[in-house]
Amino acid sequence: MSLLNYISMMRFEALALGVVIMLLLVKVFSEKMNASVVLGFVNLSLVALLGISFVGHPHGTAFGGMFRIDSTLMLEKQIITLALLLISLQANSWLKKHSSYLEFYVLILSVIIGMYFMISSGNFLMFYLGLEMATIPLASLAAFDFDRIKSAEGAGKMILSSAFSSAILLFGLSILYGTTGSLDFNRVAENFSLTSHLELLALAFLLAGFAFKISVVPFHLWTADTYEGSPIAVTSFLSVVSKGAALFIFMTALYQVFGAAHEKWMNALVLLSALTMTIGNLFAMRQSNIKRFLAFSSISQAGYLLIGVITGSSLGMASVFYFMIIYIFSNIGAFTVVSVVSENTGKENIDDYKGLYKTNPMLSLALMVFLFSLAGIPPTAGFFGKLFLMTSGASAGLIALLIIASLNMVISLYYYLRIVKAMFVDKNESPLEDFAKDNYSKFVLIFCVIVILTLGFCNYIFGYLQSLSFGL
Amino acid sequence: MVNYSYIALVLIIPLAVFIITGLFGKRFQSFSGILGTAGMLAAACLSYYAAYQYFILGSRGADCAWPTIIALKQTWLQFSPNLRIEMGIMVDSISVMMLVVVTTVSLMVHLYSISYMHGEERFSTYYSFLSLFSFSMLGLVISTNIFQMYMFWELVGVSSFLLVGFYFTKPSAVAAAKKAFIVTRFADLGFLAGILILSFYSESLDFQTIIHRMMDYNGSIFLAANSASFMGASALTWALCLIFIGGAGKSAMFPLHIWLPDAMEGPTPVSALIHAATMVVAGVFLVARLFPVYSQIPAALDVVMYVGAFTSLFAAIIACTQTDIKRVLAYSTISQIGYMMFGLGVSGYWGDKALGFSGSMFHLFTHAMFKALLFLGAGAVIHFIHSNEMGDMGGLRKKMPLTNIVFLVACLAISGIPPFSGFFSKEEILTAAFNHNKLIYAMGLVTAAITAFYMFRLYFSIFWNKPASEAGGHADAHSHGEAPVTMKIPLVFLCLATLVSGFIPFNEFVTAFDKLEVEFHLPLAIAAVSAGAIGIIIATILYLKPSTMPDKIAATLGSIYQSAHRKFYVDELYLFITQKVVFNLISAPAAWFDRNVVDGMMNLIADVTENFSDEVKTFQSGKISGYVMWFFAGAILLSILIVYVL
Repeated sequence: MSLLNYISMMRFEALALGVVIMLLLVKVFSEKMNASVVLGFVNLSLVALLGISFVGHPHGTAFGGMFRIDSTLMLEKQIITLALLLISLQANSWLKKHSSYLEFYVLILSVIIGMYFMISSGNFLMFYLGLEMATIPLASLAAFDFDRIKSAEGAGKMILSSAFSSAILLFGLSILYGTTGSLDFNRVAENFSLTSHLELLALAFLLAGFAFKISVVPFHLWTADTYEGSPIAVTSFLSVVSKGAALFIFMTALYQVFGAAHEKWMNALVLLSALTMTIGNLFAMRQSNIKRFLAFSSISQAGYLLIGVITGSSLGMASVFYFMIIYIFSNIGAFTVVSVVSENTGKENIDDYKGLYKTNPMLSLALMVFLFSLAGIPPTAGFFGKLFLMTSGASAGLIALLIIASLNMVISLYYYLRIVKAMFVDKNESPLEDFAKDNYSKFVLIFCVIVILTLGFCNYIFGYLQSLSFGL
Repeated sequence: MVNYSYIALVLIIPLAVFIITGLFGKRFQSFSGILGTAGMLAAACLSYYAAYQYFILGSRGADCAWPTIIALKQTWLQFSPNLRIEMGIMVDSISVMMLVVVTTVSLMVHLYSISYMHGEERFSTYYSFLSLFSFSMLGLVISTNIFQMYMFWELVGVSSFLLVGFYFTKPSAVAAAKKAFIVTRFADLGFLAGILILSFYSESLDFQTIIHRMMDYNGSIFLAANSASFMGASALTWALCLIFIGGAGKSAMFPLHIWLPDAMEGPTPVSALIHAATMVVAGVFLVARLFPVYSQIPAALDVVMYVGAFTSLFAAIIACTQTDIKRVLAYSTISQIGYMMFGLGVSGYWGDKALGFSGSMFHLFTHAMFKALLFLGAGAVIHFIHSNEMGDMGGLRKKMPLTNIVFLVACLAISGIPPFSGFFSKEEILTAAFNHNKLIYAMGLVTAAITAFYMFRLYFSIFWNKPASEAGGHADAHSHGEAPVTMKIPLVFLCLATLVSGFIPFNEFVTAFDKLEVEFHLPLAIAAVSAGAIGIIIATILYLKPSTMPDKIAATLGSIYQSAHRKFYVDELYLFITQKVVFNLISAPAAWFDRNVVDGMMNLIADVTENFSDEVKTFQSGKISGYVMWFFAGAILLSILIVYVL
């Protein structure tokens, strides 16, 4: 196989790595760079990354099965890259003011490279390396608001918790290696036996490790503090990209490696999913800080996503992809509004949003669309996302779980609409002043609103996703 | 195959205008009027081109029927292999005709409103609503399936609600908007039930498929639908009657007509667009769209016929007693739509029997032109006088010469006097009625006479009755002349259309199925024209000059006049039924149940959730050691579950 072939297969990783190296060189050799130029360059290369991903259909494995690529994996990488691009645009004005904007990109691109490798891994060793590469720089990003103690606190909690989760995950992996004799996905799948208690224990530990990444209850406790403490760009990254990447490899591992034990993990996940959406909802109801609120709302959204995972069908997988894409736009959109408000006024409490419609009608309408989409109110795309998830769950016969999910959706309406009410109905003597929004954020907002309002009506998208999905 | 997909633009343009003026209109108020008018002009030109391409360049097919072309079709939602909802554009003779009617009247109203609504604070909002309405109405007429039509049907209802309630600071306008919406919505319930029954039996939502399956006498689907019986009528009859209820609601047929006179609270150009030419004929269009199916079931057609004929006569009588000029026009609209309905009701499907169908469509077309003209003329008068009441008018012939002429032309047209357009279309409907059912013919003839009477009562009361010098009591208060040019152009254009449209060989273009040979029956024509002439003569005697005769006649008729003046107490009957019967017997217990049982349950759930939320909050302590402990506990629990329990 030629070098060109390898590069074609690893185009995401190669290009992102190239950008990282260039940024480092810039840092070393040029004293003062214009921030706008560097930011523009990175954003353009992210666009280029997305663009070249649509050329050809790379397919195959490398490094003795460590690295795999096919159309489904390409799609997953495209989804997280798109999310990163949106976050990067959203963070533009914050980064321009930040002294270490260059390091921000070096770190976040390292994270995304780790995620690419994690998604593409065909071996648990590769998976673990990718996972760590995606975690450690992210923890330093969480501490990126240098002058805020909360930022450091969030990062500290994150790195300690992930160290603990990594330990459990590694414990599980070593058991797996001991009993099956390999870390290769295919080999493990071949040698996995349902009767061995040790192997089931390994599965349980792996589930716990994954559950930590997707912030499933009760492994979610770090989420709220970290989300609240981190800079908004990092919070949106954590809630969207981190979660998405972990969920994708989670599905691959469950379907392709632990397919034999599907009854075991399905039942366990039903329990976790029900717990996650309920606890996430109950917490979200009580939050007064909007970032913390969105953190808990994203926990309960992860609970809904698990429904699609549990089905083990290609319909379920397609609806997870679909929901994920919509969730990206809704959540990043919501975070962008929060970011714009916080950037200009420093306010992050829900009470500060009272009467926002009077002074910032467009911003309030946009946030309303995002919250409606998160709550799943038609005709926003979020409704269709939930509809397909519920459909896949119904065809897998998960009636009890769907009833719990529907109840939770009703409860979630309460707190999503609470913010809408604050913006549109509640009286406020001194609402936030009108302020100028930067063009990048405006672009992200408009783009997200348009996508959310139209995506549900483009029926071929779901068909396309289904063509790339697989089941057990 | 000719490509008609450009018709999509006819819809997209008003939609785009709606979005632009709706979102950004506030920044450039006056520009939204021009933008809306220009957009509508483009849509109208495209529609004319479509009509030219379809009727002039195209031709009838081998079976002598105009072809039905699906210009666009996109599956929107696919539920199962059989059940899917599509969005598409259907091009056939009636949809092309409706495109022309809707875009023409809409264009005239857009243009007219530039001056009429000038200075209005919510000028751009008005234009965005107008565009939304045009979009919905155009979408309704080109629908390929009954569900798509239903969606646009409801959109039409919503945008009409917004327009009728445009002056939302006036309580009467708000009440009228609500009334219009609720009454039509209530009727739509019937429509929806009809759709469900019809599509359940025909296993399709698509018009062409439904018609094809229901026309097949020996097909299992038709037999199943026709033999399944419920309360003495077949399922198909029920479905068609229920669908007709929906149509009757929108088209203001008795007893669902009560909303239309009140809807006159909206701006007058809106009345011209919605309540004369487009939305109110949606019901007629609906029956015409499904006419092949209706023609299979004589019982359903009889319902359409009797309801139409009765409404026509009933509304005409009320119109004679009203004094608000817009209300007279509203009742006249109801009456004329009744004409179209019974025109369909007396029609057959094949050959010469289909005269009623063509006549009805023809009348829809000519009526749209002259009734829009009447409304816009009335708008000019109201604009000049600042009053709707006949009593405040009179003798305006000198002050408003152009309005005088166009109004006269329109009155002659609606009275069925040759060579104005109304004569030709009415003549066809009456001939068809004569061939089918003599009673209906007699009712039609009497209605024609009454129509001529009340229209000329209106005309004389506005333009004559007083000496020209006394005209417009407080006309000095304003300085503007008869009307600005943007209001005159639509009047002149519609007047020309009224003069010319009668000579269109309509039967060539719009027939139920195949060719139609029309014989001209001189005696029938003489009867119809004399009916109109008698009405006009009586009106001339009573109203040309000021006289006490009308009051004396009203006094002589006593209670009959009173009950007609009070619209035969239909509104009061509705009020009685809703307030005394429905509210007390159904709503009050339901409200009690809702307040005490349903709300109580909800409060209980909310309380439980809130308390639970308080309890659960404690384990988010902020201490990392606690987090790790929960994590560890979770991992252990998961292990036990997976290894031993599950």
